[in-house]
Amino acid sequence: MQVSAVQRQHIPVAALSHLQALEAESIHIMREVAASFERSALLFSGGKDSIVMLRLAEKAFRPGKFPFPLVHIDTEHNFAEVIDFRDRRAAELGEKLIVRSVEDSLRQGRIVERAGQDNSRNRMQITTLLDTIAEHRFQAVFGGARRDEEKARAKERIFSFRDPHGTWDPKNQRPELWNLYNGRIHDGEHIRVFPISNWTELDIWHYIDQEKLEIPNIYYAHRRPVVVRSGMLVPVSHLLQPAPGEVVEERTVRFRTVGDMTCTACIASEAADAKAIIDETAVARVTERGATRVDDQVSEASMEDRKRQGYF
Amino acid sequence: MDLLRFSTAGSVDDGKSTLIGRLLFDSKGVFDDQLQAVARSTVNRSAGPIDLSLLTDGLRAEREQGITIDVAYRYFHTPSRKFIIADTPGHEQYTRNMATGASTADLAIVLVDARYGVLTQSRRHTFIAALLGIRHLVVAVNKMDLVDWRQARFEQIVSDYLAFSDQLGLEAPTFIPLSALLGDNVVEPSAHMPWYRGPLLLHHLETVEVTGFEASAPLRFPVQLVIRPDLDFRGFAGQLAAGQVQVGDEVVCLPAGTRSKVARIATYDGDLQAAAAPASVTVLLEDEIDVSRGDMLVHPEQLPMIVRELDAKLVWMDGQPLDLARPYLVRHTSRSVRGRVAKLAHRIDVNTLEHIATDTLNLNEIAQVRLNLAQPLYVDAYADCRATGSFVLIDPLTNATVAAGMVDRHQSPQPHVHTDFRRLDRAGRAALHGHRALAIALEGPPELSARVAAELEIRLLQRGIQALRVDAAFAHPLTVATAAPLGEVAASLIERLIEAGHVVISDLPRLAEAGRLTPADLVRVSMSEGGSADLHIDAGELSAAAVVTRVLTWLSDAGLFAGSAMLGRGAGI
Repeated sequence: MQVSAVQRQHIPVAALSHLQALEAESIHIMREVAASFERSALLFSGGKDSIVMLRLAEKAFRPGKFPFPLVHIDTEHNFAEVIDFRDRRAAELGEKLIVRSVEDSLRQGRIVERAGQDNSRNRMQITTLLDTIAEHRFQAVFGGARRDEEKARAKERIFSFRDPHGTWDPKNQRPELWNLYNGRIHDGEHIRVFPISNWTELDIWHYIDQEKLEIPNIYYAHRRPVVVRSGMLVPVSHLLQPAPGEVVEERTVRFRTVGDMTCTACIASEAADAKAIIDETAVARVTERGATRVDDQVSEASMEDRKRQGYF
Repeated sequence: MDLLRFSTAGSVDDGKSTLIGRLLFDSKGVFDDQLQAVARSTVNRSAGPIDLSLLTDGLRAEREQGITIDVAYRYFHTPSRKFIIADTPGHEQYTRNMATGASTADLAIVLVDARYGVLTQSRRHTFIAALLGIRHLVVAVNKMDLVDWRQARFEQIVSDYLAFSDQLGLEAPTFIPLSALLGDNVVEPSAHMPWYRGPLLLHHLETVEVTGFEASAPLRFPVQLVIRPDLDFRGFAGQLAAGQVQVGDEVVCLPAGTRSKVARIATYDGDLQAAAAPASVTVLLEDEIDVSRGDMLVHPEQLPMIVRELDAKLVWMDGQPLDLARPYLVRHTSRSVRGRVAKLAHRIDVNTLEHIATDTLNLNEIAQVRLNLAQPLYVDAYADCRATGSFVLIDPLTNATVAAGMVDRHQSPQPHVHTDFRRLDRAGRAALHGHRALAIALEGPPELSARVAAELEIRLLQRGIQALRVDAAFAHPLTVATAAPLGEVAASLIERLIEAGHVVISDLPRLAEAGRLTPADLVRVSMSEGGSADLHIDAGELSAAAVVTRVLTWLSDAGLFAGSAMLGRGAGI
């Protein structure tokens, strides 16, 4: 590198904190997608990780518009608070929101519901998501998955290639070096992009606090009727009634994730704001998924199985 | 709190996964349900009551085979730092994964089994860490419990290791004797090795100095995309790859060589006076100069190397061997150019560092090569700047990422490429752009001429030609400022742009008659009957696109862009 004899006068610039470094990396990833693909989409569920993604998109593209629509694959098993929030946030941002429903896929006979108590719609989302990608011919789809969530995710690339069937092949991933992402695809293939791969749950909460991001109120402590099932506090709702022998009790709880109402548990907590949650998360002894996802416990490899089929 | 990214390399039996499990466990980075999953695991191993290695062996295939097959990322933090671990396998066929993990790491931990000492694989891991530019190396001499915690054994390994690593020009590694299984010297000092007075592993990771390197280097700002929501805002978005930029700085835009000053550094959280790598920002310039994705803003007195012939080291990562006859896509910062491996100097044996003559390159092999590029890249030596010294090769047919490259400090002399913009004359710019400067005057029905001009500009740009359309709108600000007639202003602008090496397209009427351009620089294309022109096209029912194709073919046949690799190849214009 040629270094001149002229010494530049530098204004001192503070080194980036770990959160600023993660933010800069995520913004870079989003801009790479915007510049490399004609048609991309950002999955926005109203959950906290996708709320952080929206703020990162604002940081990447304002004062311009987002170069992609928001997409939600609605299981119709969602908490009403989250759906309200989803619609309001999209409207505030003035960005386009596309909603496609698992119910539609069921009605069209694209998927069949399994009977039984652990009747999760996570698997069913796969078909609706892939149909939506095909419908809009999306070449890249942003997801808010983090590598600290689960062991299979820990190995996934930031630009994660999907074949025309939406399949992820963990043994045949493209090498991903430095910050040079390979987004080249043929027709029908697509790339799942995970800009917050390197964030942890704690980073997310620090960011929500730092950015003063509004999130659905069920993330904070509230009173709710629950039953204790497999050691977890499961919320009672019109979709989930107590099984014979289970006792409904009202507890002060919060949700760490806000997915499918039938398989998302809550935890006992008094945390009423992001700071209190940070204090709790910093000492939490159970991972986010372990605390709240009934379906992941079915088998040790269940996430890996779902991901191979096209799940996020 | 800051961030340290480190990679680990070691073989199946070195206890690498156990060491990471130990770091996570002892720093409280493991959750109860993860431990339960490990306890529930059906794999039967014999490492004691709780096998910490199972915390990091992610995929089912790996659990079955008992090896780590790909790069896995792990996260933990202590009160002073957040850590990202790139956990990479040490097995022979997975060199590519080690390189991947090391590419983003500031520090690498190389594991050595105290029983076996410095093996071939330890040397390989060290070589790859050095190749990938890792500045801080920690040699973890593991399983000290199995050699009775003997100091002499540790010192022998240190001495053997240094004999090898000194050849690589690495900074002095940090050697730590430990037992990942029992926890000695990982987080807590060892009661078994009172003779060791060096740092504990975790403490070393928490305190090693890693920041500030990129920020103090010369400015490198690769433009990712242009943000232009309205006429008042035209920002160049990107992540600072190196150095620092300040409002008021004079910057050069590569490859055009055009200059401007930084007017604003915009972020969502408000404007900044200065920003340093690795911040993501949006830069606005004082002048309306042509800047787009793939361009790079730098300070004029600190230019990178501008190369069409690139000397580099390649790590081949694909099952299909290198094909010297085929072009690949060279992906460097936000820029992609075509290139081929013009010269395969030698292969480097990762175990012995020997140079071996070869005529191809297979998976996991490393070689010294020279690439011939269709367009210039602006690079620094990898050792000086990772972000501008690194690239990957992509197979344009399969889209696979086939190789990773590291730019050498010493580049062979460049054929016909000027690298000094302070003394860059017209010939130098022509060599740099890969084509000569030219004015193309379109004459014909105004509506058709306008469509052809717009289309021609895009088609030329797509082929790497520095094309620019000068129409009334382009010249308008100057006609207002100078109160001179449009024709006069446009002719003057075109004259200057030609000096700057551009191909200028204009559909302004009677441009040729202005008489300011030398005939050698002017191609007159007529789409109407009669008159004099270099090229007559009977537009008739032809679409604008068809007319443009005729023009491009004629220009190419006339050899006007003979220096341009894209046109010269007959790329179907």
